[in-house]
Amino acid sequence: MLQPNVLFINVQLADASGVRDYNTVNSLRIRDGKIAETGLNLSPENGEQLIDGKGAFLSPGWMDMHVHLREPGLEHKETIKSGCAAAAAGGFTAVACMPNTKPAIHTRDVVEYIVNRSASLPVEVHPIGCVSKDRKGESLAEMADMKEGGAVAFSDDGDPVYNARLMRTALEYAAMLDMPVINHEEDLDLSRPGHMHEGRVSTRLGLAGTPSIAEEVMIARDILLAELTGGHVHVAHISTRRGVEMVREAKAKGIRVTTEVCPHHFDLTDEEVERSEFDTNFKMHPPLRTADDVEAMIAGLADGTIDAICTDHAPHSVEEKEVEFIYAPNGILGLQTAWSVVVKQLLDTGRMSLPQVLRTLIDAPRTILRLPVPGLDAGQPANLTLFDTSTKWTYTAVVNKSKSRNSPYLNQTLKGAALGIYNRSQWVPNEAVLS
Amino acid sequence: MSTENLHPDRVAAPDYRFGQPHLIGLADYSPDDIRYVLQQAAYFREVLERPVPKLPTLRDKTIVNLFYENSTRTRISFELAQKRMGADVVNFSSSSSSVKKGESLKDTIRNIESMKIDMVVVRHESPGVPHFLKRCVDAAIINAGDGAHEHPTQALLDMFSMQQVKPAIKGLKVVIIGDIQHSRVVRSNIIGLTKLGAEVILCGPRTMMPMFVHEMGVTVSHNLEECLAWCDVAMALRIQLERQEGGLFPSLREYHERFGIRMEHLERYPDFTVMHPGPINRGVELESDVADSDRAVILSQVTNGLAIRMAVLYLLSGRREL
Repeated sequence: MLQPNVLFINVQLADASGVRDYNTVNSLRIRDGKIAETGLNLSPENGEQLIDGKGAFLSPGWMDMHVHLREPGLEHKETIKSGCAAAAAGGFTAVACMPNTKPAIHTRDVVEYIVNRSASLPVEVHPIGCVSKDRKGESLAEMADMKEGGAVAFSDDGDPVYNARLMRTALEYAAMLDMPVINHEEDLDLSRPGHMHEGRVSTRLGLAGTPSIAEEVMIARDILLAELTGGHVHVAHISTRRGVEMVREAKAKGIRVTTEVCPHHFDLTDEEVERSEFDTNFKMHPPLRTADDVEAMIAGLADGTIDAICTDHAPHSVEEKEVEFIYAPNGILGLQTAWSVVVKQLLDTGRMSLPQVLRTLIDAPRTILRLPVPGLDAGQPANLTLFDTSTKWTYTAVVNKSKSRNSPYLNQTLKGAALGIYNRSQWVPNEAVLS
Repeated sequence: MSTENLHPDRVAAPDYRFGQPHLIGLADYSPDDIRYVLQQAAYFREVLERPVPKLPTLRDKTIVNLFYENSTRTRISFELAQKRMGADVVNFSSSSSSVKKGESLKDTIRNIESMKIDMVVVRHESPGVPHFLKRCVDAAIINAGDGAHEHPTQALLDMFSMQQVKPAIKGLKVVIIGDIQHSRVVRSNIIGLTKLGAEVILCGPRTMMPMFVHEMGVTVSHNLEECLAWCDVAMALRIQLERQEGGLFPSLREYHERFGIRMEHLERYPDFTVMHPGPINRGVELESDVADSDRAVILSQVTNGLAIRMAVLYLLSGRREL
């Protein structure tokens, strides 16, 4: 429902540059879907919806640049609508969706289908087009045409761009279009048939391991190709210490490489597979790694080596996931729990400040994808997230908005909540947490 | 009763009670749990020597053997143990691939459970399937091998066989030779043997040694000669031929040259006993004459397996006293 006129009161305005003085400014007025003014104790006007933040934070809207919405073709797992409902409940006003759908997002018409299907939703959906036709890793997809249709990046995610020559060509072609190539970094010859991180736990459990080196070899290759071509490579869902080190070194050299990390990779380790007795909700690609890697992810976020936090939200239906461990598909949900994990691992530990964290959720993903970054100034479209770092809530199947429920955090009580989003003239409160 | 004079492989805690509901892995069993199963198995081993080797204590029990992977000796051993004890037995065998296309494992097991079963014996290619079944049903679960994870009854029968030929497992020097990475037998043996105080060396090609295996309380070696000079028991593991096709070692010939136990070894080192979980690749892990020599206890391992499985079935049936 359109609510073009809204007044937020008792809110702490925050963005990547800092938290505003609450005694100077504590309200924000939206008129006709745009920020009209900010100020101290603004009074409600006729026809305005009043939202009392009760001291919560109000920031520009967050973006998750790596989700799987499964539409078209895999609607039994998720739809654009259900995925966006999960995004809204998680505080995200925008997502970029990966192209491993059926058909793959490899032509302009599929890009436009997604843009059109999501046009009226409060969460913007930015499609990521395939690098290769049919996502087969053989020849380039029509990148320029997809860009015209609204694609924001190219990736064959779900699978790596395996052929080094194709990756080189893709980086060159995408550089011409000023677009990033996002690669799922995995040397399949080294990783198959891995079902979890290769290490102490995989040895104890007798599960074939996916070694860190399988990810690192591909990151190394892609950094070298980015250096050669001048293209922008974005390392998807980084998970290993050595990978972060290589990105740090490459950035220092001025190579155009950026990266992202998922909350589960800076929160959970491979020990969970053993502790949970083979719960398939701890199975994803890349796999949960070691405590040392978790520490490297946090350090990489804190020093800016890792640009963005993304969720790799990957819905799978119950019947697909509730099977023998080695048959289960990779991937877990992430949109609704990301913020609570950020609070637990980054803010409550004092490892990052709130503005630093907001940069990874607001500015970084949009900068990487060449999208405008929303702000808090008057005149800008109102694109906002209301959140706190203290509310305790339980992530139950009822609260869950996704069509799937493959989350390792299900039924856990979490701290810190997204309370609602405002975007495209719509206010979407997170009812489950607010009630 | 003083515990000091007790044999080191006997249950140590004076007030010990066996309280395990399942046998999923030796990782879940305490040293006394393992000792207790071995002690019970000694009784069943005697039963097997009787003219009528039957002990129908499971007459009111129904057991299903779920075998999703080919197995001859383990399945036969379990089935025979169940029949010797008078249980009603149903067998379900299927290749994993056909199940993948059809009914889910969860649906299969819940359907079977609805027919009122007491115990499930399961073999599957995926590690963790016994845990998965434990979450699905109330029956007692016995793991007959889950991928390369655990195969607890095999390790128990191996330990029982070691007790027959050596004074005690505590202090015993055991070398396990071959494809460590892909072996469920070796994981259960490492856990069980180290819990009972044995020293274990793993010997085999570097390419078949999992990372960090040395942190499981064992030593790693690539020198068979040194291991055989040191050990009391040498356990050779079956080499799966597809491992060579997968490129983990160059040829069976070279494997046998470096890691096969040959008659010359038996002559040079007169004290160690040869074990093998079977089936043997003659001329690969063991020279044929080694397998047939009186230094090898491979066939008594098989008989002991029956006793171990009878003991496990008995203990998990809820019976406590013989």
